[in-house]
Amino acid sequence: MAIIEAEALTYTYPIGEKPAFEDVNLKINKGEFVIITGPSGCGKTTLCRCFNGLIPHFYGGKLEGKITVCGLNVKEYPTYEIAKHVGMVFQNPENQLFALSVEKDVAFGLENLGVPREEIRKRVDWALKITGTYDLRNRAPYELSGGQQQRVAIASVLAMNPEVIVLDEPTSFLDPLGAEQIFEVINHLNKDLGITIVLVEHRLDMISKYASRVIIMQNGRIVLDGNPRDILVSEKARLIGVGIPKATLLYKFLKLKGISLKRIPLSSDEACRTIMEVIGK
Amino acid sequence: MIVMEDVYFTYPNGVEALRGVNLTIKDGEFVAIMGQNGAGKTTLVKHINGLLKPKRGRVLVDGIETTKVSVATLARKVGLVFQNPDHQLFSETVEEEISFALKNFGYNEKTIKERVDWALNLLDLKEYRKVSPFMLSGGERKRVALASVLAWDPKIIILDEPTIGQDYGQKERLRQFLLQLNRQGKTVIIVTHDVEFVADCSPDIILMRQGRIIATGEVKEILTDENLVNQASVALPEITKIFKGLENLGFPSDIIDVYEATNILYEKLKG
Repeated sequence: MAIIEAEALTYTYPIGEKPAFEDVNLKINKGEFVIITGPSGCGKTTLCRCFNGLIPHFYGGKLEGKITVCGLNVKEYPTYEIAKHVGMVFQNPENQLFALSVEKDVAFGLENLGVPREEIRKRVDWALKITGTYDLRNRAPYELSGGQQQRVAIASVLAMNPEVIVLDEPTSFLDPLGAEQIFEVINHLNKDLGITIVLVEHRLDMISKYASRVIIMQNGRIVLDGNPRDILVSEKARLIGVGIPKATLLYKFLKLKGISLKRIPLSSDEACRTIMEVIGK
Repeated sequence: MIVMEDVYFTYPNGVEALRGVNLTIKDGEFVAIMGQNGAGKTTLVKHINGLLKPKRGRVLVDGIETTKVSVATLARKVGLVFQNPDHQLFSETVEEEISFALKNFGYNEKTIKERVDWALNLLDLKEYRKVSPFMLSGGERKRVALASVLAWDPKIIILDEPTIGQDYGQKERLRQFLLQLNRQGKTVIIVTHDVEFVADCSPDIILMRQGRIIATGEVKEILTDENLVNQASVALPEITKIFKGLENLGFPSDIIDVYEATNILYEKLKG
């Protein structure tokens, strides 16, 4: 079942001379884990802003074509309606957190929707536990590390019980350990809770192994879309200038020298296993 | 030359960000400061351009204590590009942004124009000359911030998390660019979490944890030391992870470069 569906979607910002993206046709099914990547300015962040109605409702501009998210026509439904189904997590958690305690931040969206108190309690605790921030619930968000803040931001989105979570470079401000924890949380939401994940990311080394699909955009268009292994090993992806995982690059370089490993690795673990298979023989 | 002697710094809210830092960075070095969020990396570099002054200990830039000179004087020598470009940008157009400091330093109009043109070219920003920095993407704003610092040609250039929001191609250009600045004799200091970027640039590493420096050395020595890397919440480079996993098969474990890795594996697997 398609949870996000775009047909001939084209968008131009109010001050834009040319479209930020053009003629996008895209169908994302429930339960997918999609990475969207591509050079800066390719339109990936702009496209994601349509998934929760920030475009066109907040940014204005001209949105042509059709987009439905969770069965809602984005042009016709207000952002707060779409927000019940789609959660957004941004690059810098500081821009997203504002309350005096973690718990209040996570409860904010639910309070706004007028959810009963008991239900709020339950959902907040659940979201805090899943993201590993339960012990931080009485702390002020600004006292936390970047990684902790980003997990709280995810918890506040999660508490709304969304079907889709869209994350725009959620780890770029984090240290590698913090980033890894975020990616593990995201993977858990996808694999164990069935939440559809759309992740905008440049750094593919840590995350590609979790994805079911990679979409590459360039100059406002989708140019590659498919299985992460096939896409990331392709010459086209390299020419576009995408951050191919080092493990995949290693596979590619070996192949150029005439050595074929059995599988295309997306991570160091996978590379290790494939190399061991060859040597073990 | 930058010298820090037993530097302590505590923020007004009581957070002890630096707890006895000693370091020397010589002219013309290329250094990456790494470590977990909150380890004190940004606080440390803000001491080099005098934005922060030590509570205890001394910071000397070319032999002059930072407490004895103004930030403006230090700025001639030390250019700091902030992590978040929005903390730095304020002008109405990219061009005004880049010329701002030059005007303050009293350069004549002709020089200002030349320098601005040079910086716009260098960072691929020509088409945005008359555009408001706030209309640009995060990655582009970062390049504007860098251009405005490079325009006044400081001898020490510090970049706080320069790769955030930069795509692969921009990172590659940034890498070439930093190496070039360094070859021209500039001292280049980057604060970064980006292990793969560091593995590709090979600067010397200063590793921080909880307000202290826990290790310094060459990239190959520091980033392949699992124990150190874990202590600092940094990660091993991907290629190093692969070779650590293959250590039992007799492979060297201190490999960080993908080309070197390819050659080693090729020798083992051919025939």
